[in-house]
Amino acid sequence: MKKYFSEFLKGIIKENPTFVLVLGLCPTLAVSTSVTNGVGMGIAATFVLLGSNMIVAMIKNIVPDRIRIPCFIVVIATFVTIAEMTMKAYSPALDRALGIYVPLIVVNCIVLGRAEAYAQKQTVLNSLFDGLGMGVGFTLALILISAIREALGTGKILGFTLAHKFEPAFVLGMPSGALLVIGLLLGFFNVLKGKRE
Amino acid sequence: MSRKMNNQEEFRRDAEVSACRLIRHPEETQEQKLHSGKNKLIVNISPHLHKDESVSKIMWMVVISLIPAGIAGVIIFGLEALQVILLGVVSALVAECVIQLLTKRRITVLDGSAFLTGLLLAYNLPPKVPFWLPIVGSFFAVAIGKQVFGGLGQNIFNPALVGRVFLMASWPKHMTAFTKPLTYDAVTSATPLAVLKEGRVLEHVSNWNLFWGIRGGCIGEVCIFALILGALLLFIRGYISWHIPITYTVVVGLFTYIFGTKGLFSGDWLFHILSGGLILGAFFMATDYVTSPLTRKGQIIFGVGCGLITAIIRLWGGYPEGVSYAILMMNAATPIIDRYTKSRIYGTR
Repeated sequence: MKKYFSEFLKGIIKENPTFVLVLGLCPTLAVSTSVTNGVGMGIAATFVLLGSNMIVAMIKNIVPDRIRIPCFIVVIATFVTIAEMTMKAYSPALDRALGIYVPLIVVNCIVLGRAEAYAQKQTVLNSLFDGLGMGVGFTLALILISAIREALGTGKILGFTLAHKFEPAFVLGMPSGALLVIGLLLGFFNVLKGKRE
Repeated sequence: MSRKMNNQEEFRRDAEVSACRLIRHPEETQEQKLHSGKNKLIVNISPHLHKDESVSKIMWMVVISLIPAGIAGVIIFGLEALQVILLGVVSALVAECVIQLLTKRRITVLDGSAFLTGLLLAYNLPPKVPFWLPIVGSFFAVAIGKQVFGGLGQNIFNPALVGRVFLMASWPKHMTAFTKPLTYDAVTSATPLAVLKEGRVLEHVSNWNLFWGIRGGCIGEVCIFALILGALLLFIRGYISWHIPITYTVVVGLFTYIFGTKGLFSGDWLFHILSGGLILGAFFMATDYVTSPLTRKGQIIFGVGCGLITAIIRLWGGYPEGVSYAILMMNAATPIIDRYTKSRIYGTR
């Protein structure tokens, strides 16, 4: 049990997909404008990661090596379609806000990266916990980035106004603001990492 | 700054020539002067020639050359302009000091570069901005524009312009609220370029008024006379060469003349040169040692590029003014320009 727990935990801090592996930056830049969007994107990606990691670990022995990428993509696309349709049915507002970025989870490099680098070499249970950890790590990173951007860029958090006198900086709501925030956070975490080593 | 300095480059070449002959140069160092009484021949390791210049001396000289424009801005827009300038400068110094303390680097607040950044940023702000705007801008300029890259000499972009563009993208409302000149009251007025952009004919500002700075605009950019006075000082001292500022100004003039509003070759080129931040940008910000090309050829390419982008933004872009974006874009191109205009080392292919 302890082994599974460490598989889960490594995706959150030690191998955080956004701040350590620096994967999946495209959706991170695009949807981190508000915490709601960030959480929605994180949950969708976590679901896809869980499913794809599990199936890829199951079929790893019957998939010929030369066509493994297309096979993985088919598996991933299946789960993305499920996530997208569920989102359309139960939370159309979130679906509209995330737009093209939900179907684009298919080509999200975290998902394919974990399938290629981890799930195709590991047991089903290990892969399951790895996918869950990576998904949670991605979600937490999205929440952190989008909280900063929403608070400073619009003066609100989850739709609640923080301070009335505060004049939000529009730039943080724009893509350039996302690059700024991600860059500074990356630098900050690298400094922390350097201190610990 | 250590990366380049054109007079230094020439100097080094001279030094190599004279080093072979061990001749003495009239401009000797303090140390050499001490010895000159007893010993006429000094044998030491290179560099043999010294010039009494340093990064901080050049920085403070640029600051001095900008003072007339500041005085003119305060006269034209009142004491609020002075408040903006002081806030910008002080917070740039504080930002530099705080970051160098936090990162445990040598504290170089007095080398004048942070002072210059704060000053240039304040000159790029409208006179009646809320008090926190120059503070935020200066912090951003010094922290993100310069120190994140490793401090002076490492920055890719001109820090003051980084601060200005950040403020422009964040609080456009404050950054485009200009006040009427010489009224010292909260009467807003558009800049001549903004009037032109919107196609309105509200008030005609004569070229003579533009030259003296009687128009709406940013604090430091309005008085062309004072700016040219300061630029002359830099030219005479050899701190800036004509290559960037003159090509920049000429290309903007030429381009706006050719593509005038009333057909080809009918543009009001003098108006375009005298309005907006062109003179301030061309003479004081595009010539920044760190972020502009090293060679003469590169500097001309840089100036032409800045001029083209400025003119294109002014004539067809979404903003009335394009100087800051033009300089920043060419800053980004500087490493490439440097690579392709590298001078050939004698004896190599």
